[in-house]
Amino acid sequence: MNNELSAIEKTVLTDYKYGFVTEIEVDEAPPGLNEDTIRFISAKKNEPEWMLEWRLKAYNHWLKMQEPNWANIKYDPINYQDIKYYSAPKQKKKVNSLDEIDPELRKTFEKLGISLDEQKRLSGVAIDAVIDSVSIGTTFKEQLAELGIIFCSISEAIQEHPELVKKYIGSVVPITDNYFSALNSAVFSDGSFCYIPKGVRCPMELSTYFRINAEGTGQFERTLLIADEGSYVSYLEGCTAPIRDENQLHAAVVELIAHENAEIKYSTVQNWYPGDKDGKGGIYNFVTKRGICQGAHAKISWTQVETGSSITWKYPSVILKGDYSVGEFYSVAVTNNHQQADTGTKMMHLGKNTRSRIVSKGISAGVSNNSYRGLVHVGKNAANARNFSQCDSLLLGDKCGAHTFPYIEVKNNTAVVEHEATTSKIGEDQIFYCNQRGIDTETAVALIINGFAKEVMNQLPMEFAVEAQKLLAISLEGSVG
Amino acid sequence: MLSIHNLHASIDEKRILKGINLEIKPGEVHAIMGPNGSGKSTLASVLAGREDYTVTDGSVTFNGKDLLELSPEERAGEGLFLAFQYPVEIPGLSTTNFIKTAVNEVRKYRGEEALDAVAFLKLMKEKMAMTNIDQTLLSRSLNEGFSGGEKKRNEVFQMAMLQPKLAILDETDSGLDIDAIRIVANGVNKLRSKDNAVLLVTHYQRLLDYIVPDVIHVLYNGQIVKSGPKELALELEERGYDFIKEQFKAEA
Repeated sequence: MNNELSAIEKTVLTDYKYGFVTEIEVDEAPPGLNEDTIRFISAKKNEPEWMLEWRLKAYNHWLKMQEPNWANIKYDPINYQDIKYYSAPKQKKKVNSLDEIDPELRKTFEKLGISLDEQKRLSGVAIDAVIDSVSIGTTFKEQLAELGIIFCSISEAIQEHPELVKKYIGSVVPITDNYFSALNSAVFSDGSFCYIPKGVRCPMELSTYFRINAEGTGQFERTLLIADEGSYVSYLEGCTAPIRDENQLHAAVVELIAHENAEIKYSTVQNWYPGDKDGKGGIYNFVTKRGICQGAHAKISWTQVETGSSITWKYPSVILKGDYSVGEFYSVAVTNNHQQADTGTKMMHLGKNTRSRIVSKGISAGVSNNSYRGLVHVGKNAANARNFSQCDSLLLGDKCGAHTFPYIEVKNNTAVVEHEATTSKIGEDQIFYCNQRGIDTETAVALIINGFAKEVMNQLPMEFAVEAQKLLAISLEGSVG
Repeated sequence: MLSIHNLHASIDEKRILKGINLEIKPGEVHAIMGPNGSGKSTLASVLAGREDYTVTDGSVTFNGKDLLELSPEERAGEGLFLAFQYPVEIPGLSTTNFIKTAVNEVRKYRGEEALDAVAFLKLMKEKMAMTNIDQTLLSRSLNEGFSGGEKKRNEVFQMAMLQPKLAILDETDSGLDIDAIRIVANGVNKLRSKDNAVLLVTHYQRLLDYIVPDVIHVLYNGQIVKSGPKELALELEERGYDFIKEQFKAEA
């Protein structure tokens, strides 16, 4: 205790096990961003004219915007002209079935523990796999189609279901919303699309797996999920990337629309490459995620487990427009080494009797910085709105930081807004207690953080929860001596 | 089983233990008594391997092994158990899950296979009955919101589950009323056998009414200044620790 570093402070290198690179031929755009880049992407995707116009409008708006700097994070300026905005694994031709996918790509996903082979899958999760900028395959499409569920890549949706895309894209996150969403709207190359028709309860978990592979590229995917009246869907999202010295930008946009009595459960396990122990490399994860409870009694819940990225900057939000609608946000954000996270949520209460619940658990180790930032807004018509927020921070060692920035705006005096916050430290006492019972320090830390994050972990679908628990332990591996 | 020779230990340069000698054989119960600040809890912590303390001299052998060379978890694996004076709380971690992890980690250390859910449950039921502990307590987060008595009973339950060769009870009676002391002592007595040993660290004589020791040692100023049969406790109770202090001063 008296000299040098205490056991808890000894931070060593964390191995990132998804850091491999797949050798595949790619079809890519040269670095740089201008109208031609956007035309190139749009043409590659064989998009209709309205889509191109929408992109160009976003691009021109983006040009007039300033990169925001209010978050509690630090990074060198990004040169947007150095980034490649389109990179796609070269496929010989359009694949008609999953069997025709390049074996190298298939291997990549096998290595990540994701089988694209429908027969081999027991857990019954339908997957849309996105590598670099394009979707390479979606499983269980036919079975879902029988129920009228559309689950495909967004490029495909633009071709096959233009009326739905046109109606909903940008309806929750407008192109003018923020700097990164405007950029995404201009250059997004793929992502997932999902539509659940009226009264249908989606029988399986839907999942998108994002993988950045190519060097020097940015990943800008767009996810659009619509749950029509009285429907239900649970959606999972996973992400990894190879180990590279450079920082790579990931600026995605996710839009959720829940109509009357519909429920969307959106879970993310984000494990982008976090950079090495000196803070070199890693993904900048600047993502805009927002859902709207359009009709009465709609419900949207965001659950996120954020362990990766060198910088995480995002606020999955819910606009509670329908009366009696419910918004939930459950988050565990882990930062280790030099990682930085500024994450939280916005709950916009517009309808009457709307309710929201926020549970945020921040875990910081090494010299990392972890901030919760959240806004609870109650509009003047949102009579009887209720919010409960709980923000807990756990510190490992004394060189890391935890910050909480809660913002509350209430314009209706019948609203009840509650906020609780705690900060605790994994104590030498707790570790020693576990050690004395025969439990080594690594296992002890895993037990303590999983206990700390339990409330959020309980929200994850079963097959994800186990993975996420392991991930938490891996992310903090070596953060105690 | 345990031999301590000339043990010196300090914390932040401050000398606490100044040459402890102690010999414990299987089947024996030893009690360490002494006034506040005499080094009782330090001795318990040093034996368990707490890093805050630095051993500056002496040796400790436990079942033929150099105890001071082992990490705290290895000591647990070798069969040393410390019932804490202040058991820590771990929110969100169920007591059952914690104990299961502990039991299986210790088994792993000994090269035994992990207990499966069925075997673990069977063991747990048996020990619950033995130590008279309630199921609901075990499904709650570890020690979180437990009363003082519940925490100490949980310590005794863990001891029953881990079946240690040497159990060190650090002021297990502190803060407990007489009924709670009786319950805790009952649990400890049931766990006594000819193969294991107990080291009781206590300030008061009253615990010794329920757990009768073979030998009592009086610790004062970092040294064992007096050892004797259980009657020594009564003498201490009657005369207080002052006579020890005076005697010690006179000898010094």
